[in-house]
Amino acid sequence: MMPSSLSGSQLVASPHAHAGKTVTGTMLRVELALVPATLFSFWLYGWPSFLVWALTLASCAGFEALCLRLKGHPQPARVLKDHSALLTGWLLALTLPPWAPWWVPVLGGFIAIVIGKQVFGGLGQNVFNPAMVARVALLVSFPLPLTTWVLPGAQASLPAPGLADSLMIFLGAMPIPDAMASASPLGFAKTELSRGVDLLHSLSSGHAPLAAWHGVRVGSLGESAAPLLLAGGLYLIAVRIISWHIPLAVLAGLAIPAAIGHAANPAHYLDAATHLLSGAAILGAFFIATDYVTSPTTPLGKLLFGLGIGFLTWIIRTWGGYPEGMAFAVLFMNALAPMLDRAFKPRILGRQRNGKPLDAPKEA
Amino acid sequence: MNLRTLLDKLLGSADWGIHPDDHKRPGADAPVRVMPAPSRLYLPLSQHSGAPARPIVLVGQKVKKGECLAEAQGMVSAPVHAPTSGTVLAVADVTAPHPSGLAMPAIMLEPDGLDEWIELKGCDDPFALSPAEINKKVAAAGVVGMGGGTFPSAVKLTGANRAGIHTVIINGGECEPYLSCDDVLMRTQAAGIVAGVRLIVHASGAKRALIGIEDNKPEAIAAMQAAAAGYDTVRVCPVPARFPMGFDKQMVKTLTGIEVPADGRSFDAGVLVNNVGTALAVWQAVAEGRPLVSRLVTLGGACVNAPGNIDVPLGALAEDVLAFAGGLKGDGLGLARRVIGGPMMGAQVQHWRVPVMKGVSGILALDAKEARLEDASDCIRCGSCVEACPMGLLPSDMAANIRKEALGEAVELGLKDCIACGCCAYVCPSSIPLVQHFTYAKNELAARDRATLRMEATKKLAQAREARLAREAQEKAEAAARRKAERAAAAAKTAAAAEASKQGEPT
Repeated sequence: MMPSSLSGSQLVASPHAHAGKTVTGTMLRVELALVPATLFSFWLYGWPSFLVWALTLASCAGFEALCLRLKGHPQPARVLKDHSALLTGWLLALTLPPWAPWWVPVLGGFIAIVIGKQVFGGLGQNVFNPAMVARVALLVSFPLPLTTWVLPGAQASLPAPGLADSLMIFLGAMPIPDAMASASPLGFAKTELSRGVDLLHSLSSGHAPLAAWHGVRVGSLGESAAPLLLAGGLYLIAVRIISWHIPLAVLAGLAIPAAIGHAANPAHYLDAATHLLSGAAILGAFFIATDYVTSPTTPLGKLLFGLGIGFLTWIIRTWGGYPEGMAFAVLFMNALAPMLDRAFKPRILGRQRNGKPLDAPKEA
Repeated sequence: MNLRTLLDKLLGSADWGIHPDDHKRPGADAPVRVMPAPSRLYLPLSQHSGAPARPIVLVGQKVKKGECLAEAQGMVSAPVHAPTSGTVLAVADVTAPHPSGLAMPAIMLEPDGLDEWIELKGCDDPFALSPAEINKKVAAAGVVGMGGGTFPSAVKLTGANRAGIHTVIINGGECEPYLSCDDVLMRTQAAGIVAGVRLIVHASGAKRALIGIEDNKPEAIAAMQAAAAGYDTVRVCPVPARFPMGFDKQMVKTLTGIEVPADGRSFDAGVLVNNVGTALAVWQAVAEGRPLVSRLVTLGGACVNAPGNIDVPLGALAEDVLAFAGGLKGDGLGLARRVIGGPMMGAQVQHWRVPVMKGVSGILALDAKEARLEDASDCIRCGSCVEACPMGLLPSDMAANIRKEALGEAVELGLKDCIACGCCAYVCPSSIPLVQHFTYAKNELAARDRATLRMEATKKLAQAREARLAREAQEKAEAAARRKAERAAAAAKTAAAAEASKQGEPT
């Protein structure tokens, strides 16, 4: 039971000033950082990708509103306005295949908001990243539509579908043309390796999808636009919405083992650059792993959390059953976040790390 | 640089505190206005930490400016002097400048308008005095920590001397937004402050003094450097403007690199911290024999007509100060919060009828935009508070535990190290009143401690009573047994005597 003196509008304690930061403002900044990458993806994949994005956001906002109403929340409009559900939807949309059928965003929104967030008690209470819960649940339940990638417009031999055709594809009334379908670079490498073709041959075959730095490549919305996502992420660090700890640790946790593996056996291990530019590495490091609610708040906790995500991602990509492992790695480390916070508290001024007071200093 | 400092730097925990808008100008640049005594003065008996002073004047008595009205009682206390000449009207209650709005006893003085001083006994060469003599003069003048701590200065000096400190830290940080009274004091009275600093060094037995001034006060830094030139024991050190730089632990660490242990005081680390205002008051007390009867107060906030610094006689009501200094815009239309002190740590009051005391540094009339009265929303665990906390605590986790009444957990997380500086609440995007949580928890814990003590005392009394009853019963029983034995013995004796006499009779 919350003590009554901690609520209500007649608060008397200091401070009587505020920096002016708001939850809504924070969420809007993150969305702003996602805009360039999202627009780039729309350009790459055309109308279907826009429809996927729009419906995912709408679905998340809709389920959030429904849950707040069912819970009898006193100010549902105020909560909706904080943009947290929209941001969850946006991040989920960026991890979906760009031409996914309509029910994927709807179901994804339901899983993310209802199961991933509201059953835990709403904003700030969930243990796992809602977007990643939805992404993993969809991937495990419906592997085929979740791994049907298409060639980006610039690489495709077919012209981009118009709005009418896009709607048909979106509603599932028209199949995706075979000529458009392709594997993602990580998926391709995994399949070839499992067929016994080593990377030196498979990647030089000429059919291999490239993990190009400029982002024109096969993948989900948030996979293709890695450089723009990187720019967005750096912007968030610059305006101090996120700290550098988690992104740097994720990228280091992924790149260092990848570089070592590749140096030891290039035929079996992809190089660090491919790892960093593929899959959800950049999106994950800057936007997913840094989710406030599900990541640690202490500097040391953040570093270990990020390193864990990067390293687990590399393990899953290299030896796991799935070509991409960022979502699993994030969920795994989400579970450890409260423990990391507890175990790696910052040092209190005047105390040692273990909480004992410092010894009195000797004569200076 | 040792491993600990390196780790702190690397992890960003060396980057503590916040950089609030300082709102210090134009108030800091306005000339000081000297306020004459208003029609009534209310001099609380508790203007310092420690025991309240004890009145030594009678109702109706005429007093002169600087005359002692109430004397210190107990080890930690300070006397109260008349800020002007006049008549003692009563010892009455006045509202304390505290959010509770509780009453506190105060001596009510009616000024006679003459402002007539008692004869002040100065001292031509204060540096010839022994530390004990200096302390005596400082104590008699009622000097307390002017930065808001209000700890009696003489007690502090004596303690520092006994502890054998090596460095005196003079705090000219004034990190609270709006406030500029220390800034103005340093600009206008630099010579007096530096003299006071040297006297404190002399009295405390230290080797040197470091004066820390935030770099947003270039005029003060220049004035103080000019005044300190030529004295190699005194050094003026500009420090980065950052809140809460003015806290002693933060200031000591910034200036000397020494980290005061969590359970210790600055003395234990070999330093003594004093405010610039205190240094000046010490100098005036010793060199001029002048007791503490007035102080500089900053008037600020968007709702005041003429922000600036005012030399206020102690005991004047904030209402009178406002009336003297230009009042509120539109007669207080748009006033959202009345604050005594700075916006970060000051006290919100419900009305202006509260007296200016020795530790009052500001009177702020804030509008809704400045005070940002927002309702709290859910914590999103963004960690802004963790980043801002100058003590290295986890404010969000502490607050979460306090909300579910798990005060033990909160203490485990470092609640007792919290200095209530307000950085966490200042940066919180959800506008959670974190300081309110911590204040609540600290008060609740103190109440529980008191309850535990009371229970233990009651238990002890009950046990003592039981023991006493048992002892009394036993004593009674023993006495009864003794009496019985005595009676038996006496009976046996008489019987024996009777037997003997019977035997003795010839047949």
